[in-house]
Amino acid sequence: MRKLLPAVLASVLLAGCGGATSDAGGSTPSAGSKGTVKLAINPWVGYEANAAVVGYLLEHELGYTVEKKNLKEEISWQGFETGEVDAVLENWGHDDLKKTYIEEKKTAVDAGPTGNTGTIGWYVPQWLADEHPDITDGANLNKYADLFKTSESGGKGQLLDGDPSYVTNDEALVSNLKLNYKVVYSGSEAALIKAAQQATAQKKPLLFYFYEPQWLFAKEKYARVKLPAYTAGCDADPKKVACDYPDYKLDKVVSKKFADSGGAAYQLIKNFTWTNDDQNLVSDYLTNQGMDADKAAEKWVKEHESTWKPWIPAGS
Amino acid sequence: MTAVLAKPAPPRERNGRNPRGPWSRRKEPLTRRTVMGLSVVATVVAYLIFRTAAAADAPDAAAFRLFGDVRDWVDDNRDTHPLFLYGINYLRLGVRVLVEGIQAGLTGLGLPGLVAVAGAVAFVLGGWRPALLAVAGFLGFGFLGLWPESVDTLALTLTAVLLAVLIGVPIGVLAARVGWFGAALRPVLDVMQILPTFAYLAPMTLLFLIGSPAAVVATLIYAVPVTIRITELGIAGVAPSAVEAATAQGSTARQLLTKVRLPMARPTLVLAVNQTIMMALSMVVVTALIDAPGLGVNILRALERVNVGAAFDAGLAIVLMAIVLDRVTTAAARRQRRDWRLAVPVLAAAALIAALPIPGDLPTVSFAKPVNDLTGWLELHWYDGTEWLKNTVSAVLLNPLENLLVTTPWWLFVLAVLVFGLLLAGWRAAVVAALAAAGLSGLGLYQHAMQTLATVLVATALTMLIGIAAGVLCARNDRLAAVARPVLDAAQTMPSFVYLLPAVALFGASRFTAIVAAVIFAVPPVVRLVERGIRDVPPTVVEAALSAGSTPGQLLWKVQLPMARGGLLLAANQGIVMVLAMVVVGGLVGAGALGYDVVAGFSQREDFGRGLSAGFAIVLLGVLLDRLTQGFNRTKGPSR
Amino acid sequence: MTPTIAVRNLWKVFGPRPDRVVGSPLADLPRAELRARTGCLAAVRDVSFEVARNEVFVVMGLSGSGKSTLVRCLTRLIEPTSGEIEIDGEAVRAMSAKRLRDLRRHRVAMVFQHFGLLPHRSVLDNAAYGLEIQGVSRADRYRKAAEVLELVGLTGHEQQLPEELSGGMQQRVGLARALATDPEVLLFDEPFSALDPLIRRDMQAEVRRLHAEVGKTMVFITHDLAEALTLGDRIAVLRDGELVQVGTPEELVGAPADGYVEDFVRDVPRADVLTLRWIMRPAVDGEEYEDTPLPQDTVIRDAVPRVLRAARPILVTDGDQRVGVVDAERLLPALLGHRRQVPA
Repeated sequence: MRKLLPAVLASVLLAGCGGATSDAGGSTPSAGSKGTVKLAINPWVGYEANAAVVGYLLEHELGYTVEKKNLKEEISWQGFETGEVDAVLENWGHDDLKKTYIEEKKTAVDAGPTGNTGTIGWYVPQWLADEHPDITDGANLNKYADLFKTSESGGKGQLLDGDPSYVTNDEALVSNLKLNYKVVYSGSEAALIKAAQQATAQKKPLLFYFYEPQWLFAKEKYARVKLPAYTAGCDADPKKVACDYPDYKLDKVVSKKFADSGGAAYQLIKNFTWTNDDQNLVSDYLTNQGMDADKAAEKWVKEHESTWKPWIPAGS
Repeated sequence: MTAVLAKPAPPRERNGRNPRGPWSRRKEPLTRRTVMGLSVVATVVAYLIFRTAAAADAPDAAAFRLFGDVRDWVDDNRDTHPLFLYGINYLRLGVRVLVEGIQAGLTGLGLPGLVAVAGAVAFVLGGWRPALLAVAGFLGFGFLGLWPESVDTLALTLTAVLLAVLIGVPIGVLAARVGWFGAALRPVLDVMQILPTFAYLAPMTLLFLIGSPAAVVATLIYAVPVTIRITELGIAGVAPSAVEAATAQGSTARQLLTKVRLPMARPTLVLAVNQTIMMALSMVVVTALIDAPGLGVNILRALERVNVGAAFDAGLAIVLMAIVLDRVTTAAARRQRRDWRLAVPVLAAAALIAALPIPGDLPTVSFAKPVNDLTGWLELHWYDGTEWLKNTVSAVLLNPLENLLVTTPWWLFVLAVLVFGLLLAGWRAAVVAALAAAGLSGLGLYQHAMQTLATVLVATALTMLIGIAAGVLCARNDRLAAVARPVLDAAQTMPSFVYLLPAVALFGASRFTAIVAAVIFAVPPVVRLVERGIRDVPPTVVEAALSAGSTPGQLLWKVQLPMARGGLLLAANQGIVMVLAMVVVGGLVGAGALGYDVVAGFSQREDFGRGLSAGFAIVLLGVLLDRLTQGFNRTKGPSR
Repeated sequence: MTPTIAVRNLWKVFGPRPDRVVGSPLADLPRAELRARTGCLAAVRDVSFEVARNEVFVVMGLSGSGKSTLVRCLTRLIEPTSGEIEIDGEAVRAMSAKRLRDLRRHRVAMVFQHFGLLPHRSVLDNAAYGLEIQGVSRADRYRKAAEVLELVGLTGHEQQLPEELSGGMQQRVGLARALATDPEVLLFDEPFSALDPLIRRDMQAEVRRLHAEVGKTMVFITHDLAEALTLGDRIAVLRDGELVQVGTPEELVGAPADGYVEDFVRDVPRADVLTLRWIMRPAVDGEEYEDTPLPQDTVIRDAVPRVLRAARPILVTDGDQRVGVVDAERLLPALLGHRRQVPA
């Protein structure tokens, strides 16, 4: 931090000549010299798995310092502009943000896919689907609304969502498909998982928003509820969506500055790609084996050298 | 003894005492009671006729679009418009330099150095007791393994406090000295003080983007009203005789200020700093939501993972910091003269420690595991009980009330606020409250506002119930009061965020969780005010009631509680404002409605307009509740 | 006839472990020494007295003499340390909480120095408070309260709040509240000392009138000797928690028990208090007297015109019996000479 001060002061002086832009004073990623890489951490464990491994490799293989910032998705993108964030390691679609920050503002750059395929959908515990086979058809949901009533759903069925910042069309879906349901936000992935586990363990009916890659699917069975199939462009207007979620090719986004001067760190992030199983494994370490990010990444890195070796840029 | 059988002389002592003092609430004339009754009936009838189906708020109100447009404009012009180029961006830069400077300074001292300096400063300001506390507290950050985070939080807090004092003290002095300025400022401060922390965040990110500068500015705005208020109080409270004497000796206005008014107001000014620090600390924790570093991040992350144990460590660190800062400044306020001879060597020693390369590694202690074990145990064994409690409160209180409110057409709500405001709180409060109520639907968030209101009302009712019961117990039992006092002290220095954790641990994500957190947050001041109110009942009155043969229950219901009415109403007012703040934060843990809109607003681009609207709606709701309870207090309050 | 109130060997000691004081050598220590040795304050020390039915019994003493504590001990507003209190022969100290409440509700009422009115209730509701907590119906208690308010001259003020009344009127409310439950005993704790002198005199007249109208046994605490002399059938002088003297006003003035009481009464215009009994002389054989004798309990001042106008001494009688003689010579010292000059 002490190193930062002169840089900041210098930029104040520089800016003094001609007005300050929004990124004035933001620290520049120290290119060339092994500097600091600022990774945004979005609030779900799969993302943390990506960040754990990438961060571990940046620190231990390339010798960078990694600064992790717990930020919601949108705010991470704003961080590209201010210099608070260098890279987002798992991005779900967000075409609107791409348009704004990559095309219009040109503060961000696409850094390629993570190799993960993301699906979002509505799920019920398997035992419930076994009991009522037709429940997995979204058209029948209204029939079962009473099953999903809770103290929070105001007489309707409850559809449990996650963090308010997640990619979701659920409010629009409920109203456009004329479902007698109310979207209730649990506030986080952890709360969502806890509710799902309880639903399985205690046989409590639950309809919830969930997604893959997700370690929980390796442990417990959940059935996806079919909504009207996705067709290209059916989700163009977020207010009028009446179709299921598309499959997402998850990708990485970095700030323009980092792409230009991030050197080996940028190369590593660009090269990073792995499978859903890889991610679920690390997520499981993080969530259920009580490991912190460093330990989980270390374990995975030890056991999967052939996967990550190719990511390391030549010559470093 | 000779009997004087004449009828008594007509009481001659109808002297010139104020015939209708502040207690003067004559038996309400029948007409007024009739009006009240009729209004209730009319409201019920109107509700039955006009109730709506509670259609959800439109996803796209005019206000949302407006704010969305504002945001787009700001985004497009952030780097071109002179307002930003030469104004706001500089402000942001300046604050950033300040924060990073202070942060670099604190970090540069290293753990041993900072502990030593903190101890030395505490010693100079407050004496050896606060110094010990400061050393222990700062070492505690190290032991908890939260050293860097604590320093970040401390740096942000100190920066915001520094700015708040630099800005607030002159304004406070001005407000005290210039009548019209003070008068004009008062309503502004009133509104600022009831704003929940959450309402500040979205506008801050709009102007200052995310990061420390936005956090500092938000904190500054949150804390500065207190600085101004207390400074004004201190300056206005300087004995006129002292000013008169100094004037008589020929002081200039400037000399009066620097040699008489400011020194005489010193204890109050230190109190102002103390309160500013407490406010700032609680806000700084919340600004983790807009990417401010520090302990708030740990708490937020723990909340996201429902990891109560991890949050417990961070919460403990925040409490330590709050207690240290509070005790040191309180001691400084009490202390009249300092021993500078001792101060110099102590400071020098601290500087020496800071300069020496002492390794700052401490063994770390974490309470995460035991706390998580306990939480796990509670979840397992109390699940039925907590679930039952949650469902019962939701079904019996929350849902019916919410249903009633959301099915009330907005105009009827506004009308009811106006009419009952007029009857209970006076016309001024009624008009302001009604305008605020109308504004809620103007913002396109009437439904969500009503949902939040329902949660707030239930939480306030529970808060008052628990607070009054505890306050009464404390007022009647000295030993209990002695035990409760330090607990309440500590509770009141704790930032609001911390209270979410136990609630989440026990009740998962729901509106009831927010209610529980709000109750825990708001009960301590209520207990205080109620206890004081009851203890302030003159002993003669209590004695008279006892000597008439009152049972303890009769004493309480017929004498103590009615006479503590002023205190109770004040408690209700404070309670409701605090509850609102907490319920909104509860949007993070499933409380939904306005709080959720705010959170969504700065985490989903397309919801920005809605989020900002929700921020304003919270403000309006706060104004509405505050005006009504306070108006009630003012029109009907006792003179004491 | 059993006395209405009987107090025997009453002690009240404040402080840590007060019971160890009574009955031990400590009890004989002077107040200050006791305090220094044990930290205890003996507010009431070994006090015994009786009050007859319909008597007005005044307890007088300087502030700190223990008189307010004493009166509060009677209904255990302050719990006595030891001793006995009987009201109508019933031991107060043995009463259960419920029985004690009944005593306070129905039989003994109290009037306080600072009124102790409930500021949030109307005058009517204040007067009706005692009845309300007994569970008397609204109509009945309002009727009764209105009656007593009329008795104390507050008709027309029923709906006002105490704050809107002057001090004297507030104390009338206090009086009405005490009377409303129709108790046998009224306790007054310096009820008029917070009032202006003129109003105080009104209120004293009021108490005398009430006593004449409704009877009642009264215990009246005051530090004002004039008030004590005006109201009291008998007066008890309290010093440092101990009774110094109990007697009628003229006994106190005529025969102070010690220097303390003498100091107290020395500025009293003796002619106003003493009766002829105190100044008459034995008849001398062969003297000639006025035709009409004077009863011996005539206050001296009332006898002045006759004695001075009379050419001859006047006989003093007790009923039919001649007990002595007064003349101007005996009268004048009582009128003039007993007022010692206080150096200005």
